[in-house]
Amino acid sequence: MAAPQQQKLKVNGPVTVTANRLTDGVVVWRTAEGGWSTELNDAIVVTTAPEAIALLEAAGKRDTDAVGPYVAPVILGEGSAILPGNLRERIRVAGPTFELPA
Amino acid sequence: MYAYDEFDRTLLAERVTEFRGQVGRRLSGALTEDEFKPLRLMNGVYLQLHAYMLRVAIPYGTLSADQLRRMAYVARTYDRGYGHFTTRQNIQFNWIKLEELPEAMAALAEVGVHGIQTSGNCIRNVTTDQWSAATPEEVDDPRIWAEILRQYSTMHPEFSYLPRKFKIAITAADHDRAAIKVHDVGLRLHRNAAGELGFEVLVGGGLGRTPFIGKKIKDFLPVRHLLSYIEAVMRVYNQFGRRDNIYKARIKILVHEIGAEAFSAEVEKEWESIRDGALQLDDAVIADIRSRFIYPKFEKLADNPPELVEALQDERFATWYRSSIARHKVPGYAILTVSLKPVGLPPGDATADQMDVIADLAERYAFREIRVGHEQNLCLPHVAQRDLPALWRALDAAGLATPNVNLVSDIIACPGLDYCALANARAIPVAQDIARRFADLDRARGIGRLHVNISGCINACGHHHVGHIGILGVEKNGQEFYQITIGGRADEQAQLGTLLGPAVSYEEVPDLIERIVDAYLELRTNPRELFVDTVARLGTEPFKERVYEAH
Amino acid sequence: MKLIENGHVIADRYVRVADDEALPEGAPVLVSADRLLREGAELARRGAPVGVVWPNNRRIEAIEPYLDQLALIALVFPTFRDGRAYSQARLLRERFDWQGPLRATGNVLRDQFLYMSRAGFDQLEATKDADADAYVDELKSYTAFYQPTGDGRPTILRARLGRVAEAPAQAEAAE
Repeated sequence: MAAPQQQKLKVNGPVTVTANRLTDGVVVWRTAEGGWSTELNDAIVVTTAPEAIALLEAAGKRDTDAVGPYVAPVILGEGSAILPGNLRERIRVAGPTFELPA
Repeated sequence: MYAYDEFDRTLLAERVTEFRGQVGRRLSGALTEDEFKPLRLMNGVYLQLHAYMLRVAIPYGTLSADQLRRMAYVARTYDRGYGHFTTRQNIQFNWIKLEELPEAMAALAEVGVHGIQTSGNCIRNVTTDQWSAATPEEVDDPRIWAEILRQYSTMHPEFSYLPRKFKIAITAADHDRAAIKVHDVGLRLHRNAAGELGFEVLVGGGLGRTPFIGKKIKDFLPVRHLLSYIEAVMRVYNQFGRRDNIYKARIKILVHEIGAEAFSAEVEKEWESIRDGALQLDDAVIADIRSRFIYPKFEKLADNPPELVEALQDERFATWYRSSIARHKVPGYAILTVSLKPVGLPPGDATADQMDVIADLAERYAFREIRVGHEQNLCLPHVAQRDLPALWRALDAAGLATPNVNLVSDIIACPGLDYCALANARAIPVAQDIARRFADLDRARGIGRLHVNISGCINACGHHHVGHIGILGVEKNGQEFYQITIGGRADEQAQLGTLLGPAVSYEEVPDLIERIVDAYLELRTNPRELFVDTVARLGTEPFKERVYEAH
Repeated sequence: MKLIENGHVIADRYVRVADDEALPEGAPVLVSADRLLREGAELARRGAPVGVVWPNNRRIEAIEPYLDQLALIALVFPTFRDGRAYSQARLLRERFDWQGPLRATGNVLRDQFLYMSRAGFDQLEATKDADADAYVDELKSYTAFYQPTGDGRPTILRARLGRVAEAPAQAEAAE
């Protein structure tokens, strides 16, 4: 998965804006209220490039809450569930794919 | 061991204070992320997928028992109870919080450990042979010169904002365990006909997107000129290295574009002006640094003591001994490699408890000294042969006695997509699957020395280009694929591997590696012909035929 | 933007003059390297001080013939991450013996003040005013330096000589 920050923005389906929390690096998603949540289900989902760009620009205005915002694909699951859209994002949600030491 | 004095300690304390201030300014918004990022990187702090990552330097791979214990403490207190030893004599903590970083750094600084210049576009941690001062092969302790370079390069005001990162490696043995030919500058310490010490200087080696083997620009640089010559190299690079394209900014591209001769001429011209200046290392300065390395007071012992001879009757011990023990320069002593590659676990990881065990053993049996090699294993460089049975039992109990050093399951792997923000594909689980495939260590021993290196992206932290078998993860249409090269090597005969064929999917990798190994077993003239020698003799074609066409 | 000289905020007497602009009568001016190289002889005859802004992608050696007629040299950090001007500064001070004011311009931030000072800059055009106010603290943030530059600060390597290396307790215990 090429580092998303380096990709040209192409939106073919539902996407969110995601970043890492400044204080501890925890993965966060942009919410409809213009804040950040550690729950993917709280994320605002958009489906067009202009909407995604607008979200991204708003997220980039203030960098003391979250760092390195970018547009990430999601999959809309059953009910209102939002699921990560590719392996990289799955790992960001669920952690490494093997058992950790210790 | 190198003993820090109050100057070194003062500088480290000042660095922690400075970083605390920088973190404070970042959290308050006085520093933007763009302004802060180079500052945190120069302290070894990355922002990865799930958290901040702290990379801590283990200069020239040498650690004291107290330092390792402190790393265990940091792993437990600020992280998730483990650390990852890298291919560049560093350790990484994967789950650390920015807010807590200054505290963690202060705890490390108390024992003389830090993350200074483990990242950023500056001169990185200088690496060398993990067997320094223990192997009979070397002409001098290369760590003396690595330490001189460490001091010289730490917070160098002119060379902290280079076009790109800059890595220097040193070997003092003909058998190169420091991979000097694939570094920005590689230094081979040797003696000339008159018996004087000097360096052969290579420049422009490196892996990554555009791999190169370093080119020789000097046969013999007298050691007293080490710093002035390096300063000349750095000054030429700082001014003329490309800054228009991050992928072309390493010194290897400059050397490649203008040619090694033209580059060398620029360096010589610059060096001419500074060689006899303040950077010249006089005997007093060299002696002063040398005096700070504390060497063990070895006992007069004989090789093969009865305790060892008896223990070798035990097949399990004997197997481990053959895999993990190397000859020491002092009779009755040995060099012990601690495998951090238990089959099925992440390569190079050690838990805090394991770190404590190794620190205790180093304290009890190994003059308090531990080493880290680029193969992501640890090493106790000075142990008495009579203590090997006791050491083995203790290591075995802690899961640290896997007898697979240099075998197919002793895999070098970067953190890959499971941790790294730059990665395109996973590396650790690939290593785990391959190691499980070759879990039968009798079979692995039958295969012999075989280095498998895995990188999760083109940046090549897993040094895949110089693996006997190299595996590079790439992304195609959102899926992980892996390119396989064979015939690479990182030693004194360093060369880049050759691509074997089309990339394969994640699931196909272990089968493919097994077929490569089977091809080797079929093609080798005898069991003493190593994999990499068979590839050198026959080229890749016979492998390609057997690996791809049968399927 | 505040201009700092040796720790004090000073007024900038120099007027930056574009290449196609006439030189203001009697005022100290900062001209481009191109203009200096083109109009060097005329500029030398001028009654008021002339300084030059030397870009970081031009060899600094080319400035040498003009040093006697210059009153100020300004080097450029297009971003603080571009460190070419550190080498130019050291060469000016240490190779070409430039004794006049040496100004850091461009993206000049407090976290690099000490590096700039060590490389030979004595004037800093601070990008942020708050940074200028922190100058004294920044310069005091380190008291020990490993490597020599032309700044005259003592280096650790030399300071150690003549002293007996400490043998730490822990290392002795191992023996």
